[in-house]
Amino acid sequence: MIINIKYFGLLAEITNCNEEHLNFSDKTIGDLINVLNKKHPKLKNKDFQVAQNNEIVSKKTTVSETEIALLPPFSGG
Amino acid sequence: MERYNRHIILSEVGQEGQEKLLKAKVLVVGAGGLGCPVLQYLTAAGIGTIGIIDFDVIEESNLQRQVLFGTSSIGKNKAIAAKERLKDLNPTITINDYPEKLTPRNALSLFENYDIIVDGTDNFSTRYLINDAAVLIKKPVVYAAIYKFEGQVSVFNYQNGPSYRCLFPNPPKEGSIANCSEVGVLGVLTGIIGSMQANEVIKIILAFKGVLSGKLFCYNAKTSQTTTIKIKRIESEFEKVLNQKTKFKELDENISCKTLIQEVTVEDVLEKNQVMFIDIRKLHEQPELNVPNCVQIPLDELKNNLSEINPNNTNIFVCQRGIRSKEAVRIAQEHGIANCYSLKGGISELIQLFKIKI
Repeated sequence: MIINIKYFGLLAEITNCNEEHLNFSDKTIGDLINVLNKKHPKLKNKDFQVAQNNEIVSKKTTVSETEIALLPPFSGG
Repeated sequence: MERYNRHIILSEVGQEGQEKLLKAKVLVVGAGGLGCPVLQYLTAAGIGTIGIIDFDVIEESNLQRQVLFGTSSIGKNKAIAAKERLKDLNPTITINDYPEKLTPRNALSLFENYDIIVDGTDNFSTRYLINDAAVLIKKPVVYAAIYKFEGQVSVFNYQNGPSYRCLFPNPPKEGSIANCSEVGVLGVLTGIIGSMQANEVIKIILAFKGVLSGKLFCYNAKTSQTTTIKIKRIESEFEKVLNQKTKFKELDENISCKTLIQEVTVEDVLEKNQVMFIDIRKLHEQPELNVPNCVQIPLDELKNNLSEINPNNTNIFVCQRGIRSKEAVRIAQEHGIANCYSLKGGISELIQLFKIKI
């Protein structure tokens, strides 16, 4: 299926986009991260949480929605 | 009360609401980009007692966003200078300045005097420290953090909601995320996000229903896009913190930035069920460990052999002296194995344990 991935903060800089569409046929969020790591090698080892349909999910969660967001922690204040 | 007339004539606030604000006690940690607008609006709103803790001094490069300070404040401590400015803004409230660093040693006693803690800090170790101290003494935290043009806002530890560790359980590797002084920040963004924090404080005091608990509000000042992400409460993240209660004050100042490493003594091990020992020393290290329920996975091979660890067991990592085993716990936790500990004192303690048991 075609999924829409939103990048926040540093991750948008690394991937050079705020948002992108991707054809994804594997199963879990972990699989999706592997695909993204291959596409954007600089994503590897970066800290972030993944939200599916605007809800934080674990790497084991099955990708069932088309809206995914990658959220890094921010420290600034 | 003339000062608060525009609050009082709002039916949702009224005299009663304003009195709640006047009785409230709020501690703002960090009087920087976020802290300045928070303090300005809370002071103007008539929050009865405001605490400001900040050890830092004002620099010229702060003035682009830290709007409480002027050129004449350069070189002064931020907590003290903020108090001076705020006293003029509203002389009828109590303002306490703490020109010091928030540490595990002073956090609990300081937090105890306030109802709500505002996190306006600029580094991860203080953010985790605020979270942990607030969890320990059950106070809500109004959180915000920024990066260049983007901000995050949430309320943690409020009415059984999630904590910061439920959102980001593992602090990032040191130096992996830059702060404002390294990468820059749009000044007005701190004003927008800090004002949102002040708004959440007021919503909590007035017991409004729409408090940003269990939600992370994300704002991008460049694109005007907003996103709200749901966060679930994770009990084990609270337990990890609560288990540290007795030794919290002795924690190293920066340790909160690292993953909470749980250490156990041999006595603790005896009380646990389904214990599995994982010897993470190199294969040639002596003495050999010949005990039941034990596997050997050298530390540098741990990442590739995590599948050998059953997360349902109580996994106790063991090394020569109990130092490398902490690193093993960190690696295992990062990969989702929550039920794991480092054996204090290392291998000799374990041998001792089995002698006792025999």
